[in-house]
Amino acid sequence: MNPIIEAREIVTAFGENLIHDSISCTVYENEIYALLGGSGSGKSTLLREMIMLETPNSGSIHIFGDNIANLSLQEAQILRQKWGVLFQSGALYSSLTVGENIALLYQEYTNLPPKLIQELIRLKIDLVGLPAHAIHLYPNQLSGGMIKRAALARALALDPKLLFLDEPTSGLDPFSSRQFDALIQQLRDLLGLTVVMVTHDLDTIHTIVDRFLLLEDTKAIAQGTLAEVLAINHPSIDYFFQKETHGIQS
Amino acid sequence: MKSLLNATITIIQDSSQTLIVCGGEWTIHHLAKIADTLESYSVHTPIQWDMSSVTQLDSAGVALVHLYSKQFNALGFPSKIIGRSEEHLQLYNLLYNQPLQDISAVKARGWLYSLGYETHQWFQGINAFLAFLGEVFIVLLYSLSRPWLIRYRAISSHIITAGFNALPIIAVSSFLIGIVVAFQSIVQLQKFGADILIVDMIGISLTRELAPLITAIVIAGRSASAFTAQIGAMKMTQEIDAMKTMGFHPYLFLVWPRIIALMIVLPLLIFFADIVGIFGGMVIAKTQANLSYTEFINRLQGVLPLKHYVIGISKGPFFAILIALVGTYRGFQVSMNTESIGLYTTKSVVNAIFLVIACDALFSILLTELKL
Ligand SMILES: Nc1ncnc2c1ncn2[C@@H]1O[C@H](COP(=O)(O)OP(=O)(O)O)[C@@H](O)[C@H]1O
Ligand SMILES: [Mg+2]
Repeated sequence: MNPIIEAREIVTAFGENLIHDSISCTVYENEIYALLGGSGSGKSTLLREMIMLETPNSGSIHIFGDNIANLSLQEAQILRQKWGVLFQSGALYSSLTVGENIALLYQEYTNLPPKLIQELIRLKIDLVGLPAHAIHLYPNQLSGGMIKRAALARALALDPKLLFLDEPTSGLDPFSSRQFDALIQQLRDLLGLTVVMVTHDLDTIHTIVDRFLLLEDTKAIAQGTLAEVLAINHPSIDYFFQKETHGIQS
Repeated sequence: MKSLLNATITIIQDSSQTLIVCGGEWTIHHLAKIADTLESYSVHTPIQWDMSSVTQLDSAGVALVHLYSKQFNALGFPSKIIGRSEEHLQLYNLLYNQPLQDISAVKARGWLYSLGYETHQWFQGINAFLAFLGEVFIVLLYSLSRPWLIRYRAISSHIITAGFNALPIIAVSSFLIGIVVAFQSIVQLQKFGADILIVDMIGISLTRELAPLITAIVIAGRSASAFTAQIGAMKMTQEIDAMKTMGFHPYLFLVWPRIIALMIVLPLLIFFADIVGIFGGMVIAKTQANLSYTEFINRLQGVLPLKHYVIGISKGPFFAILIALVGTYRGFQVSMNTESIGLYTTKSVVNAIFLVIACDALFSILLTELKL
């Protein structure tokens, strides 16, 4: 298997506050990889370090084989076109309509004719399950779930090979969440995507996540498939997956 | 990591049908040329797309084939796609599992419509401002009977940020105004040998008109914009909504502290500007007309009646109310969109400066009529 992301011994601290203490993980091609952990355990921060929004205090991250700390400005630009990012709050540009939010990427990075761009925008909007008229709506006219969908459409605009999702199903109703999962899985299968996501959703973890990393108290306490991790006897693992109660049974 | 394989297209035309052979990577960054080729191609026969040598396909590739098949179909030449792999077919089905609905484009409006619309908006704006004003004063009446509701801490913090922190810029501006007025008038006065009248000139024009005006304009630029941006940002992060649900009336918590702080601060700043501005004039009088500081001040006491100075300072609270009202009102107009912060901040400064100048003109007329 071909590693897409390799993080080695990441240490992150904000001031005195140590977030990651030597965390390593590997994401392989075409897998759905999850970053798990309680609130404030540093999942989003790790994700932000992968997409070059934050730099770790020490340690290295390789993406597609390149150390992202050593990229030139241009190499970094090229890399950024290979991934799509869905932020927790959507982060749609509030002064642009949904259609314009998506169109922006095509206009900046491709030479496709306007006709084809329009077709692609409508295709992406339809793909993520938004109604067709959403193309003319502004972000403040959308519900929380629609914002997530629109942001996903934008993340998918350039058909990236790598998709980063920060809590994609939080704030969605259970039915939409499952639809979202199914969509991610289909995209992975058909477009050959590699997906890295932060999630708390046990159903998502159970149904579509291949492997994951469990963070707790600055450490990575487990990495692997659900079955592998559940086999480990660790109180936090039992707690996180609610083993005794109504959670996932191994 | 550039791919070596590009997207290729070969069009083979014979009498009964056109064969479009697609090959290579039909992915988003390789399709611009292909689209050009297809765009400039005129069909005369039914089409067959041969996709068997396409190595990679993404949604842009699928959309391209679909779009041009549809276009050729509309011209009366149906398309057939052959040689698609199972995966490509699945991708097609995922993307086009149902026909895309047509959406109506947004209609462009005529100039007459725009004129009417803008006029209507303008009147609505005035209406909204009056409504704001009304509610602000209702809240004031409400809080006057419950003085413990007045936000004394907020008032004092605004006094510091909007007043005390503005001292340096007020000092510089009024000093320069004093210098400019003195310089301009001394040249004229010297022609008549009336150098000494510079004192009357500086004393009256500065205290009555220029110091209040320049102070108010600086504060309008400084604080109206700050008020709008602060309240606008709070609106965007839904802090205002949170305040309302907790029963903290935003006008009581955000508007009145700002109004009161500016009303306290502005007269004091004008007083300060009077002193610095006159000092600026004194410096010029000394260097250009050899008028010593003591002579200047002696004459000033004789020729500057108290009324000019009182009139100047008492404009302060009026200017303050206008600036604070406009700044906060524009802040509440900010909508959930980042551009509107810039838009309303600009509007707030422009409106505030205009209102200050208009109000000053009104004062001039009124006071002249009253023979003051
Ligand atoms: N920019 C920052 N400055 C200071 N502390 C931060 C910053 N970003 C995150 N943190 C802290 O790092 C910790 C992990 O945050 P985060 O990665 O967002 O957690 P989560 O796992 O819930 O996504 C939290 O304690 C948060 O307070
Ligand atoms: Mg988070």
